[in-house]
Amino acid sequence: MEVGQMQRRLVDYTKSLFMEGFLDAQFLQLQQLQDESNPDFVVEVVSLFFDDSEKLLNDLTMALDQPNVDFKKVDAHVHQLKGSSSSIGAQRVKNACIAFRSFCEEQNIDATLRCLQQVKQEYYLVKNKLETMLRVKQQIVAAGGSIPMIELGF
Amino acid sequence: MARNGGVAWMRTTEKIDGYDLSTSDTEEVHVLAVDDSLVDRKVIERLLRISSCKVTAVDSGRRALQYLGLDEEIQKKETNGFDPFFYCDFQGLKVDLIITDYCMPGMTGYELLKKVKESSAFREIPVVIMSSENVIARIDRCLEEGAEDFIVKPVKLSDVKRIIDYTTTELREGELREGARAKRRGINKRKQREGDDDLSSSPPSTLSSSTSSSPSSSIQSATAPSSPSTLDSPTRRLKMTSSE
Repeated sequence: MEVGQMQRRLVDYTKSLFMEGFLDAQFLQLQQLQDESNPDFVVEVVSLFFDDSEKLLNDLTMALDQPNVDFKKVDAHVHQLKGSSSSIGAQRVKNACIAFRSFCEEQNIDATLRCLQQVKQEYYLVKNKLETMLRVKQQIVAAGGSIPMIELGF
Repeated sequence: MARNGGVAWMRTTEKIDGYDLSTSDTEEVHVLAVDDSLVDRKVIERLLRISSCKVTAVDSGRRALQYLGLDEEIQKKETNGFDPFFYCDFQGLKVDLIITDYCMPGMTGYELLKKVKESSAFREIPVVIMSSENVIARIDRCLEEGAEDFIVKPVKLSDVKRIIDYTTTELREGELREGARAKRRGINKRKQREGDDDLSSSPPSTLSSSTSSSPSSSIQSATAPSSPSTLDSPTRRLKMTSSE
């Protein structure tokens, strides 16, 4: 695939992520923070997010698997996940966390288990999409092309 | 002020005569950033660096106090005859601004704020609180305790630029007003106690967060021009005089 095609594909793909609500404006903020002195900033933050989230999801799975669920602890983990997803602009993960927290407050075990599934699903979706996007970017750079600026005229 | 003496001894820029209370040679604001989240620390660090600040990022209120030299454990050891310079690894460059997360395990940002404001050596360092929860009562409590500003997360470049702009301006104005001590008092003199009607008009950072429910409006706020750097930032109108 030649560079021009890859660039167009990247633009369309990125736009769709915003249109479908996977990413929000905060992700654009992160992209603005990347420059020649910090060319890998977005990749680095996103990687930290992946590591952090996977640990939190494991902790959540264990916490909800206990005979006596400690909802305070569960809520604390969800709060952290909500925070980090919000900071990188992973909007659907963040929203799933918000719903999750309200069920933690109710101490509703069935609902919280469903929420956990929902959060996991959203997380793996956005992870997949971000990895795809970053991969295409890498390919463009490797082929000597530049990363197109995304104009979002909403 | 003995601690600042220790800090001056440690500094990499060469002011050796004890109490150097001015900003560093390059006039870069040195910010101590406190957040337990690794992702958030990375982002705030970058936001600050891109705004031409020196940054020291720590993961807890306790570490922040250690860095400032306010940690009680160390203080106890010092009064028991331990060499303070033994602990000088904990202390670093003079801090011009503290920016801290509110919700942290152990010591909250609010508790850190109180400790800083209770300290005679450090109470004049402006403290900014960050929180994902946009709760008026929380904001009020922090401002009453002497917080300089309150940012609703996620933190944006415009938020950081605004804060650094007026911190820099205040530091510079103070210097003009003759000498380091006058500069310190200058920061407090600028705070005004304003009426409650200003609470109805939310500051820019709060407003954009509460409207970012749909993709279109979020992206609009990202592409809008960043708030002008002005001394008259709306949040400042909410501030009260520090209780002295």
